[in-house]
Amino acid sequence: MTSLVPLGAFIAVSAALFFIGLGGVLVRRNAVVILMCVELMLNAANLAFVAFSRRLGVLDERGSVFVVFVFVVAAAEVAVGLAIVLALYRNRPTVDVDEVTEIKG
Amino acid sequence: MIERVWLIPALPLAAFAVNVLLGRRWMGRATGIVASVALGLSTLLALLLFAEVLGGEAARTVTLYEWIGVGDFHAPVAALVDPLSAFMVVVVTSISFLIHVYSNGYMAQDRGIHRFFSWLPLFVFFMLLLVLADNYVLMFVGWEGVGLCSYLLIGFWFERPEPYVAAKKAFVMNRIGDWGFTVGMILTFLTFGSVAFHDVFDKVGEVQATDPLTLTVIALAFFLGATGKSAQLPLHSWLPDAMEGPTPVSALIHAATMVTAGVYLVARSTPLFAAAGPALLVVGVVGAITALFAATIALVQFDIKRVMAYSTVSQLGYMFLALGVGAPVAAIFHLGTHAFFKALLFLGSGSVIHATEEQDMRRLGGLRRKLPVTFWTMLVAGGALAALPPLAGFWSKDEIVGAAFTNGYPILWGVGVLTGVLTAFYVTRALYLTFYGEPRDVHLYEHAHESPAVMTIPLVLLAAGAALAGFVGFPPEAGFVHRFLEPSVEAAGAAPHVQPDYVILAGLAAASVAAGLVGIGIGLAMYVRRRPDPVALARATGPVYRLLVNKWYVDELYDHRFVELVRAAFGASWAFDVHIIDGLVNRFGWLMALIGGELRRAQTGVVGNYALSIAAGVLLLIVVYGGYAAGVFRW
Repeated sequence: MTSLVPLGAFIAVSAALFFIGLGGVLVRRNAVVILMCVELMLNAANLAFVAFSRRLGVLDERGSVFVVFVFVVAAAEVAVGLAIVLALYRNRPTVDVDEVTEIKG
Repeated sequence: MIERVWLIPALPLAAFAVNVLLGRRWMGRATGIVASVALGLSTLLALLLFAEVLGGEAARTVTLYEWIGVGDFHAPVAALVDPLSAFMVVVVTSISFLIHVYSNGYMAQDRGIHRFFSWLPLFVFFMLLLVLADNYVLMFVGWEGVGLCSYLLIGFWFERPEPYVAAKKAFVMNRIGDWGFTVGMILTFLTFGSVAFHDVFDKVGEVQATDPLTLTVIALAFFLGATGKSAQLPLHSWLPDAMEGPTPVSALIHAATMVTAGVYLVARSTPLFAAAGPALLVVGVVGAITALFAATIALVQFDIKRVMAYSTVSQLGYMFLALGVGAPVAAIFHLGTHAFFKALLFLGSGSVIHATEEQDMRRLGGLRRKLPVTFWTMLVAGGALAALPPLAGFWSKDEIVGAAFTNGYPILWGVGVLTGVLTAFYVTRALYLTFYGEPRDVHLYEHAHESPAVMTIPLVLLAAGAALAGFVGFPPEAGFVHRFLEPSVEAAGAAPHVQPDYVILAGLAAASVAAGLVGIGIGLAMYVRRRPDPVALARATGPVYRLLVNKWYVDELYDHRFVELVRAAFGASWAFDVHIIDGLVNRFGWLMALIGGELRRAQTGVVGNYALSIAAGVLLLIVVYGGYAAGVFRW
C-alpha cells in the first residue's frame, strides 16, 4: 500500500517538532512550559514511530505498540512532573527553574 | 579408674560451663556450691586414681583423641598416668577443693561471685590438663590456660587500678617465659621428631652423643619457661604484685598450684635436663639465688600477703635447687608439702583480712585471742615453713638441703641453710606482728571476729596436712614418697641411688633444725624483747634496709632498662604507623577531596544546565554513532 505523502515529509515534521521541543526545554524558564515542551518531544517521536510503522505495512504492530508505551510513560511523567511543580510552588511562590538551585554542589 | 582419668579434669570444666552460662542471671552464690561439689568429686576420683597407681600400675597413656596430626607431627589429647602425675593430681585437686570451700565464705559478699566461681574451676581444669598431658604441646595448652586464668583472677577487682596493672604485669612476664617454652617445644620437635614425653626421653641418649649443644639449648629454653611460671629470677617480680587478687586466688594459684608448674615441667623433663650438660647446674644456681634473694625481701615487708608472696618465691627457689642438685623427688615432695602449708598461710592471712579488712601488719597485732582457729592453724603452717620437726616442711626442706650437700654442692647447701635462718625469722616476725603484742589499732581489733565455719574447717584440714604430710617422706630418702616417685623421675641420668648414710643425714638435719631455731630465736629476741630493737636496727642499717624494702630495686631496674627500651621501640613503630602507613592513606584521601572539590563546580543546580548537557550528550552520541554507521569515521 502506498501513500500520497512521502515518508520524508513525516520525518521532517517529526524532526521539526522535536527540535522545537528541545529548544523550549533549554530556553524556557517556566517549569510548566518545560513540561509541555517535553510532551512535544515525546509526540515528535510518536509521529516518527507511526510513520515508519505505516511504511513497513498496514500499521505494523512493532511501531504502533511503542506509541502506546510512550503515551503511558508521558502520562506518568506529566503526573510526576506536575506534582513536583506543585510542591515547588507551595514552598516558594515561583515556577522559575533558574531560581531553584538548592542542589548546587 | 585409669581409663576414665579424663573425668577428673572434666568435672571442673563442667562446673565452669554451668557457672559461666547460668551464674550471672540465676545462680549467684549457688555457683560456689556447684564448683565445690565438682571439685569434691574430682578429689575423690583423684584419690581412687592414686590408689590404683599405687597398686603397681606403671606408666600408662590414655588417649582421648588425636588433636593435631600433620605429617610427622602428632599431638594427641592423651594423659600420661604415672606416679608423678598421680601425685600432682592429688595435690592439685585436694588443695583446690579446700580452697573452693573456703572461698564460699570469703567471697560471699562479693557481687562478682559468679565470675569468681567460673574462673576458679576453669583454672583447675587447665592445671589438671597441664599435669596430665603426655606431650609438650598439650602441656602448653594447660600452661597457657592457667596463665589466662591467673590473669583473670589477679585482675578480678578490675575496677581498681592496682589489680588491673598487676594482672597485666603477670601476663606479660609470663609471656616472656612462654616464649622460652615455645622455643624449647619447637626445638624438641626438630631434634627428636616428636613432642611426646616418652619418645623424647627414649632418644635423649642418641641426641646427647650427636648434638649435646642443642640439648642444652632445649633444656635452658624450657627452664626460661619455668622461671616465668614459677616466678624465679629474673622473672619473679610479677608474683608479689599478683597479691592484688582475692586471697583464695593467691593461695590456690600463686602458692599451691600454678607456680609449681615450672617445677613440674623440669621434674617431668628430668631425663632431658640430666643429659643437657650445664643446664641442671643453671637450674640449681638460679633456684638457690632466688631462694636467698626473695627471703631477704620477705624480712622487711609489712604487708602480710607480700611476706607470704616472697616466701613462696623463696620456697620455689628451694624446689629448683633440689632439681638442680639431682634430687627431683625431694623437689616434688617439697612441692606437695609446700602446697599444704603455704595454702594454709595464705588462707589464714585471708581470714585475718576478712576479719579486719587490713593487711598491713603494723596495724594488726594481738589477734590471737580474737581469731583462735586462724592463729593455731597458721602457727602450724608457720612451723612447717620454718622447717621445725616433725611438721611437713621439715622433712622436705631438710631433704633438699641435705641433697645439695651429699650430691657435692656445699655452696648451695650453705645458701639453703642461710635461707632457712631467714625463713624462720620472717615467719616468726609475721606471725608475731599479727597475733601477739598489744593491738596497734584498737578500732580494728574490736571489730575483728573469727571467720565462719566454711572458712575455718578448710584451715583445720590444711593444718592437719601441713603437720602430717611430711611423714610420707619418712624415713628420709627411703620413705614412701621416694619409692613411689622414683620410677617416674629417675628414668635416665639422675644421680644413682646410694644407701643413705644416716650419720651424715642426722648431722644435716641437725644443721637445718638449728638454722630454723636460730631464725626463730632472732625473731623472738627482736620482737618480744626488743633487743636489738627492729626500728633502731632498721635505722642503723639504713641503705641495706632501704634496698630490701624496695625489693632490691628490681622493678625500677626493669622499668629503666627494659620497659623504656621497649617503649622507645614501640614509639618508633607507632610513628611509622602514623606517619607512613596512615600518612599514605591520608594523602590519598586528600587527593580525592581535591579532585572532588574541583568537580563540584559542574553541579550548578540549574535545571537548564543539566538539560543542556543531556541534549549535548545525546547529540554527541548520534554524531559519533551515525558517523561510524555512515562510514565517515573508521575504527
